[in-house]
Amino acid sequence: MYDTVIIGAGMSGLAAGIRLAHYNKRVCILERHKMVGGLNSYYQQSGRNYDVGLHAITNYAQKGTKTGPLSRLLRHLRFKWEELALVPQIGSTIAFPGVSLRFANDIALFESEIARNFPVQIDGFRKMIGELIDYNQIGMGTDGGSAREFVARHISDPLLTEMLFCPLLYYGGARENDMEFAQFCIMFRSIFLEGFARPYQGVRLILQKLLQKFKGLGGELRLRAGVTEILSRNGRAEKLLLEDGGEIHAKQFLSSAGWRETMRLCYESGKTQEQFPAGRLSFVETISVLRHDPKKLGHDRTIVFYNDSPSFVYEKPDSLVDVRSGVICSPNNFDYAEPLGEGMIRITALANYDRWASLDEKQYRLEKMRWYDRMIDSAVRFVPDFRNQVIDTDMFTPLTIRRFTGHENGAVYGAPEKKYDGRTHLDNLYVCGTDQGMVGVVGSLVSGVTIANKYLLGGE
Amino acid sequence: MTNEEIRQAVIDILSDISPDEDLSNLDDAAPFRDQLQLDSMDVMDIILELRKRYRVNIPEDDYGKLDTMAHTVEYLKPHLS
Ligand SMILES: Cc1cc2nc3c(=O)[nH]c(=O)nc-3n(C[C@H](O)[C@H](O)[C@H](O)COP(=O)(O)OP(=O)(O)OC[C@H]3O[C@@H](n4cnc5c(N)ncnc54)[C@H](O)[C@@H]3O)c2cc1C
Repeated sequence: MYDTVIIGAGMSGLAAGIRLAHYNKRVCILERHKMVGGLNSYYQQSGRNYDVGLHAITNYAQKGTKTGPLSRLLRHLRFKWEELALVPQIGSTIAFPGVSLRFANDIALFESEIARNFPVQIDGFRKMIGELIDYNQIGMGTDGGSAREFVARHISDPLLTEMLFCPLLYYGGARENDMEFAQFCIMFRSIFLEGFARPYQGVRLILQKLLQKFKGLGGELRLRAGVTEILSRNGRAEKLLLEDGGEIHAKQFLSSAGWRETMRLCYESGKTQEQFPAGRLSFVETISVLRHDPKKLGHDRTIVFYNDSPSFVYEKPDSLVDVRSGVICSPNNFDYAEPLGEGMIRITALANYDRWASLDEKQYRLEKMRWYDRMIDSAVRFVPDFRNQVIDTDMFTPLTIRRFTGHENGAVYGAPEKKYDGRTHLDNLYVCGTDQGMVGVVGSLVSGVTIANKYLLGGE
Repeated sequence: MTNEEIRQAVIDILSDISPDEDLSNLDDAAPFRDQLQLDSMDVMDIILELRKRYRVNIPEDDYGKLDTMAHTVEYLKPHLS
């Protein structure tokens, strides 16, 4: 019998698996897909390599750094710093009408930009950083209330407030327009204090390293092994039922499938509807392959968070896509020793899952084309026009996210309420990943490690 | 195991946990926490490695006793002889 069976071979499941296998536990990861990676997987199309979701790895730390989530993660996964081959960003921008704030992996730049554009706010901004910097970074905290209330205590300019929230919500907001204080601290640190990086080869490098390590330690991975039910007795999970009719027993279970989705595996459906609210926020993303590196067009920004009015709306839109705001990422614009070659620009915007889900196949394809154009039209107000450089395109919608994560509504960042302690109603079933309260590549890896350490490595 | 061997065993564990760390100048009397910035999860990692490699079971109440190299060697001595 297995010591632990893990549902999902995304970042969090793989990280937990490595910890367990390292300590000689018999561990098996069950993954519904034919690939690992979940939301952060990769694929090939027309001979080109694409990442499913990756813009950038957050929480960048230079070699030799001892504190912070990335360093802790490297220690726990027994990776050398070089193995992840992280290359820091060139620099990013938050662009609102009339004001742009640049930031990079050194908070000094961001501070000087704020001091220049919002001189009255800079003292409050520095005080705010002082308060949030020590906040528990392993996501085991409790709900500390509204981030907007916290920010309002330090910053009085509504435009600056919106400009700070825009990147944080886009890269980790599970709720509409606001975040939990705990989540805000984690996100603020990961983006503004530590910053962005990317391996030259993208997410596949990280996944290959994780997988190699897991298997090298004797971990088992079963692909195309979707779990359909978690059967329990006397308050303990007993076994899992699989799509192919098989069953798997284990002493302990860990699910990265999401909170609501995991509960659904435990109960008959129907019961779960009100008890475990689903997230509402989903994205579309356009991918444009360019003939040249975007720097040739004068675009050297790593990521541009844009919004075309003074207030920023982070809600499920009524239309298929909300093109008023978005995130423009250029994987070329990291500080690589060698340029990537072809250019690429990825643009993310808020989208409505239900509207996309209601389309028939022909409409779906048509709407993808229409909204691709509209999103690019909106984005080129904030970056140099690259439209005549495009040689190939791809696009994903909330339905794609649903397919890759299993999250209902294609909810990118999972449920609005997080389960920080990772426990469930069953003694030996735990959750990790997005719904444990840690988002992003680094966040979900940290989550897998933390939950494995806390519950699954004790005792013998 | 001699004191020196136990010390080396702990050094081996530390260099697995922090491969980028230079451990040649480790001060045996100073806390790991201050010198290596190890947090409580890392201390637990050391304890798990000791269990894995030498089958030493350290009760949770004793975790705090493994704060410096000198204390760790002293604590492990009766378990590893
Ligand atoms: C468009 C987009 C861009 C993003 N960009 C970035 C970025 O640039 N940087 C960053 O750090 N983060 C980014 N993220 C977020 C990041 O991808 C996620 O936070 C992270 O990958 C979540 O990992 P996870 O392990 O928690 O969950 P998931 O990746 O969702 O993994 C869960 C796994 O469980 C499997 N599964 C689910 N149900 C079952 C079942 N019943 N049986 C078997 N298997 C099951 C799924 O197939 C999946 O593989 C992005 C997300 C999106 C949507």
